[in-house]
Amino acid sequence: MSFALDEDLTLLKDTADGFFSERAPVSAFRAMRDAGATFDEGLAGEIAALGLTAALLPEAAGGSGMGFRAVGLALEAEGRTLAVSPLLQTGMIGAGALKLFGTPDQQAHYGAGLADGSIRFALAIDEGPRHDPRRCETVLVNGAVTGTKMFVQDGGSATHLLVAARDAGADVLAVVPADASGVSRTARTTVDHRDCADVIFDVAVAEAILPLGDDGLEGLLDVARAGVAAQMLGVMGGAFDMTNDYLKTRTQFGQLIGSFQGLQHRAAAMLVEMELTRSCVIAALLALDSGKDAREAVSIAKARAGDTLQLVTNETIQFHGGIGMTDAHDSGFYIKRARVLEALYGNAAFHRDRYARLNGY
Amino acid sequence: MSDLDAFRAETRAWLEANCPASMRTPMPDREVVWGGRNPHFSNPDSKVWLEAMASRGWTAPLWPKAYGGGGLSNAQNAVLQDELKRIKARPAILSFGIWMFGPVILEYGTEEQKLTYLPDMVHGRTWWCQGYSEPGAGSDLAGLQTRAVDDGDAFIVNGQKVWTSYANHADWMLCLVRTNPDAPKHEGISVLLFDMKTPGVEVRPIKLISGASPFCETFLTDVRVPKPQMLGTLNKGWDVAKRILQYERTNISASGFGGGAGLELVAAAKEQIGLVDGVLADRDLRSRITRQKMYERAFNLSMKRAADEAKAGGEVSHYASVLKIAAAKLNQDKTELMVEALGMDGLGWEGDGYDAGALKATRDWLRAKANSIEGGTSEVNLNIVAKRVLGLRDHQ
Ligand SMILES: Cc1cc2nc3c(=O)[nH]c(=O)nc-3n(C[C@H](O)[C@H](O)[C@H](O)COP(=O)(O)OP(=O)(O)OC[C@H]3O[C@@H](n4cnc5c(N)ncnc54)[C@H](O)[C@@H]3O)c2cc1C
Repeated sequence: MSFALDEDLTLLKDTADGFFSERAPVSAFRAMRDAGATFDEGLAGEIAALGLTAALLPEAAGGSGMGFRAVGLALEAEGRTLAVSPLLQTGMIGAGALKLFGTPDQQAHYGAGLADGSIRFALAIDEGPRHDPRRCETVLVNGAVTGTKMFVQDGGSATHLLVAARDAGADVLAVVPADASGVSRTARTTVDHRDCADVIFDVAVAEAILPLGDDGLEGLLDVARAGVAAQMLGVMGGAFDMTNDYLKTRTQFGQLIGSFQGLQHRAAAMLVEMELTRSCVIAALLALDSGKDAREAVSIAKARAGDTLQLVTNETIQFHGGIGMTDAHDSGFYIKRARVLEALYGNAAFHRDRYARLNGY
Repeated sequence: MSDLDAFRAETRAWLEANCPASMRTPMPDREVVWGGRNPHFSNPDSKVWLEAMASRGWTAPLWPKAYGGGGLSNAQNAVLQDELKRIKARPAILSFGIWMFGPVILEYGTEEQKLTYLPDMVHGRTWWCQGYSEPGAGSDLAGLQTRAVDDGDAFIVNGQKVWTSYANHADWMLCLVRTNPDAPKHEGISVLLFDMKTPGVEVRPIKLISGASPFCETFLTDVRVPKPQMLGTLNKGWDVAKRILQYERTNISASGFGGGAGLELVAAAKEQIGLVDGVLADRDLRSRITRQKMYERAFNLSMKRAADEAKAGGEVSHYASVLKIAAAKLNQDKTELMVEALGMDGLGWEGDGYDAGALKATRDWLRAKANSIEGGTSEVNLNIVAKRVLGLRDHQ
């Protein structure tokens, strides 16, 4: 598979870039944050109308049969403007779960809702503050889910929760409507001001069970991780471009600060890291599309994206000086989003450990 | 069957028949082939393999057949490289001529120059060296002082070059000279090609910290170079020089600085340090090895991405410096970690107390320190990225 974009992907990328920069620029996120909102129903509807949330599903199920690589381009565009959208949880993870594990009936049933925006998913996996998929005390008994999931992204606005649970020792993924009896959600206020909730399931009846493959949850988690890595690519690109613009406008000592070699080299070094990281993220998405073992490729992408994004967002503040520390400036939004994405579904250290184990050391 | 499938089938069959078995094994340093007038083949199969590849022009697959090249399309070349990789074939020859000088001769040379120099490169009959750096002109290459004075049908060259890789073995030099000392520094440079046997060329090897002497001081005293041996236009040599540097950086990156086959990092660390519960006992080293491995993969994927994007017609010129910087870091980190993993065994200089792999690791580690200097330092490449890619300006 080629790394270069073909005509269809170029079109999709241009559409997604244009949509997010016009409809959901960083200023829109700021306005939402100022208003105390964590979710924009209107924006979510428009993204569904663009066909992005159902894109992964086959045409028969209301989608367009696109691949993970394609959705990755949209996620990058979304990350670049820090848009708050259902693209990751619904378009990547929800649709991805249906694509990988759903029966044709399940795909058709949920696909229609994804396409018209009436269904939004949220993956309920972790039960503590650190990502640890082996830790799962949530159980499925007689078709009902009982347990507590923490830090569920989009957990407050989702219409359906995709709950990782144990069923007589085996991993299953239960689809539980958010308004089912026995589901209670408590919003958390996180540093990135996006929708995040703890969810308690008390004998909440599942609407559907997605049978998992041999790899259990890992296959789906890798879809989630690659999706986050694609968002991270966008976040670092947005922060970097803003910073590079500042190097070309701010003057001190009678010079543009971008003419100081101490800053030039650090900016150039960031670009090198970003280029290397981009290749890894694309490779992870292509590996998912190939259907072959994507574990190693995904861990490389998530770990490298984490390290690079940390570098870029730290330098973003430093290169802006005092203004970068103010709430009125966007630097803070980038670093806050960055660290949440870093912690989500395994940080760089988690994925380095996983890589080493996969390679027998 | 498409044309390309047919080409693949034919190529595969030809390689099966013509690539000797020993040429499909990892290449020890002493079996590297550089060619030249007095070629050295410590393994006789290397000669067979070079002659076979050269007979098809496949040592320079993209060059036109008229000049001895393979005349392949990009797509066919991709197939050829695939098939070579599939059988783990060694490179038939390492050649600065094929990597960086031939392509600019194709671009800037006269018909006569192409016919004179290119076929010899393809067949490995000439070994070329690069006369760029001088004692006073390294990163500031355009400040070079070696003078070439017009003497009717020839130039008379006087000056000194330094760090000239393999000048002691080379048959020909591509040399930057100053032809107009009064013009601004970038506008008075020309490119001359001359035989290293020309009277007045004197070469003295320099020893590196790794113990090897792969480069030299080159003294040029009244060296007479006939005018038809000037490449490109008088005083416009800087354009040619920059093109060569692009090829050089790309090729350095493509080879990943990899000489011969050596120890593998994870295997060596496991053997030396051992596993506890399946995990390398030195957790700190484990984490750094993993970063290095990921960096290496990121680099290799980026090479592939640059190639894919070039094939698709995208703008890829910025990759040369980006990848050169990354390649240097990659190889330095890798060799550094290897020495660390081997402990005192990684610090042997010579003798029976060390096995060959460990001794090579020591030398490779030292040699790698040059990776961020040769072909333009990492700092200079960062300058290039800052200016040409990020659009940052110099002090006013
Ligand atoms: C193994 C090896 C093989 C080589 N082979 C050849 C060859 O075949 N032919 C040939 O012509 N040359 C060759 N070279 C020479 C090489 O190209 C030069 O060494 C290199 O360009 C640096 O020049 P210099 O050594 O004079 O260092 P200098 O230019 O003096 O640099 C010293 C330090 O200053 C830094 N520096 C210089 N200018 C700047 C700046 N503007 N901004 C920031 N930092 C700066 C450099 O990065 C470096 O860290 C080889 C070198 C090595 C090590």
